[in-house]
Amino acid sequence: MRVRAATAVTVLLGILAVAAPMVGVYPVFLMKLLCYSMFACAFNLLLGYTRMLSFGHAAYFGSSAYVTGWLVTAHGWGTIQGTLAGVAVAMLLGLIIGAIAVRRQGIYFAMITLALSQLVFFICLQAEFTGGENGLQGIPRGSLFGLIDLDRDLTMYYCVLAVFIFVYLFIRRVVRSPFGHVLQAIRENEPRAISLGYAVDRYKLLAFVLSASLAGLAGSLKALILGFTTLSDVSQGTSGEVILMTLLGGSGTLLGPIVGASTVLTLEEYLSDHVGAWVSVIIGAIFVVCVLVFRRGVVGEIQARFAQRRGATRD
Amino acid sequence: MTVFGIPLPAILGQLTLGLVNGSFYALLSLGLAVIFGLLGIVNFAHGAFYMLGAFAAYLGLQAFGVNYWFALILAPLAVGILGVIIERLFLRRLYGQDPLYGLLLTFGVALIAEGIMRDQFGSSGKSYPVPGLLRGVVDLGFMVLPIYRGWVVLASLSICATTWFLIERTRLGATLRAATENARLVQAFGINVPLMVTLTYGAGVALAALAGVLAAPVVQVSPLMGSSLVIVVFAVVVIGGMGSIVGAIVSGLALGLIEGLTKVIYPEASNIVVFVIMAVVLIFRPAGLFGRE
Repeated sequence: MRVRAATAVTVLLGILAVAAPMVGVYPVFLMKLLCYSMFACAFNLLLGYTRMLSFGHAAYFGSSAYVTGWLVTAHGWGTIQGTLAGVAVAMLLGLIIGAIAVRRQGIYFAMITLALSQLVFFICLQAEFTGGENGLQGIPRGSLFGLIDLDRDLTMYYCVLAVFIFVYLFIRRVVRSPFGHVLQAIRENEPRAISLGYAVDRYKLLAFVLSASLAGLAGSLKALILGFTTLSDVSQGTSGEVILMTLLGGSGTLLGPIVGASTVLTLEEYLSDHVGAWVSVIIGAIFVVCVLVFRRGVVGEIQARFAQRRGATRD
Repeated sequence: MTVFGIPLPAILGQLTLGLVNGSFYALLSLGLAVIFGLLGIVNFAHGAFYMLGAFAAYLGLQAFGVNYWFALILAPLAVGILGVIIERLFLRRLYGQDPLYGLLLTFGVALIAEGIMRDQFGSSGKSYPVPGLLRGVVDLGFMVLPIYRGWVVLASLSICATTWFLIERTRLGATLRAATENARLVQAFGINVPLMVTLTYGAGVALAALAGVLAAPVVQVSPLMGSSLVIVVFAVVVIGGMGSIVGAIVSGLALGLIEGLTKVIYPEASNIVVFVIMAVVLIFRPAGLFGRE
């Protein structure tokens, strides 16, 4: 019953996403939603399914955005090649940082990923190709195979949507695969997973690399969609945002990060015009509330209600 | 006189600057270590409390004419009380749970504090005057030392030493350490452990605020002054080994010095050297230099 309801909701969301630009929602904003949703879904693979809190996921999101932007702008690379190169860099970075960070667990893991992402931030700040404080501007979207011109927002939107759906289904497949179940076993009880003979560190590293690569893909797309990349994409603030999106929507649920990302972005879009620096206060307050009374997040809470009701009818 | 082609005064100058930064690292990581030891919470808001300490001193001077010396006592007290309130209202509910929640909650607290200050005072830095008694320089013969910098190092070192003595050598410290090991047992001896926990958090936060006051005359007082510092301090704590007080102090100072030295030899890397060292330490000693696995 619950599975069927979840599928229905997913399909409904899909239809909504296809129809949204037709009913007049601004496509650039929708694309931004999709990018950050992808970012949060990738992050959720770690926080939600493996219980690894990476406090520096902006490193992969941002570095991939920079690499794609730089190759496309300064070297005339094609859109697809540029994106793939960005993802490759994020993957490599995830491999290096992940290999160091999985040596420690829990709180240390969080602190190490945070510190190493700050390292990436400073490299981006000082390197030549990132444009320093100014970032990269005027990144062209190019075209697909020289056939489909991506400059039109609507065309770009449906391409991004297709990529997003693919990534979502991929993550769903990963979570439901034997590999995903080992990750969830690590989440529930790491010592037991070790005693069952799983090479836990390898599973964690693979999850980390996967998550970093997908975060990179989200970053590359964001650079292409908006046409610019700045230091804020690799900063601690972005790392914090993706945590909040996942937590608020419901970590460890497939749809949660999408709900969370949409909520946070809509809130920011609406609030930034009205309240200035209070955005950060409100985001901080949501963090506090989520941690104290709302740990399951929106989708997690709804699922728990459903499960409860089913339990009640069964009795 | 030159060493490896770099003039000696330049090296010594950067080393003193490094030592000053190292003193702040030591003070902040000390507070983090004390809080983590007893509460099991990694206090992400530590940088925000450091910032609030500096702002308390700045505002005290601007609004009420409170001078530097009073600010050294009043600002940590005020921020410490704020810490006590936050512990009572929020952190108290997280004990015995996954420490990740403590990290996330204090991250939220830091965002709130920084947002409010940014809304009130803008992002630009404000300068705080060096107190009259500590102005000027002394000529040490081999280098010229600004008195205030010397004062910061001395003051931090004595605060660190006092804290170390308090925790490792007094009866109060022994009780504190016992509560870290087994809170229930200590409670059974008739000691009010929850109160002790609250006060410990307040004290750790007050240490951060004290570092903020000390820093106010040498850095620009701004709402974001703590947000990147706290990440460096996290790296320091990972290098030293969490929960080790001596480790926190020694690695704080050492990393400050190394950072200073890097500024002379290869300035581009001075921002990242601490993180690189952290990565190297993790590869060879995952528990940190002073940590026990």
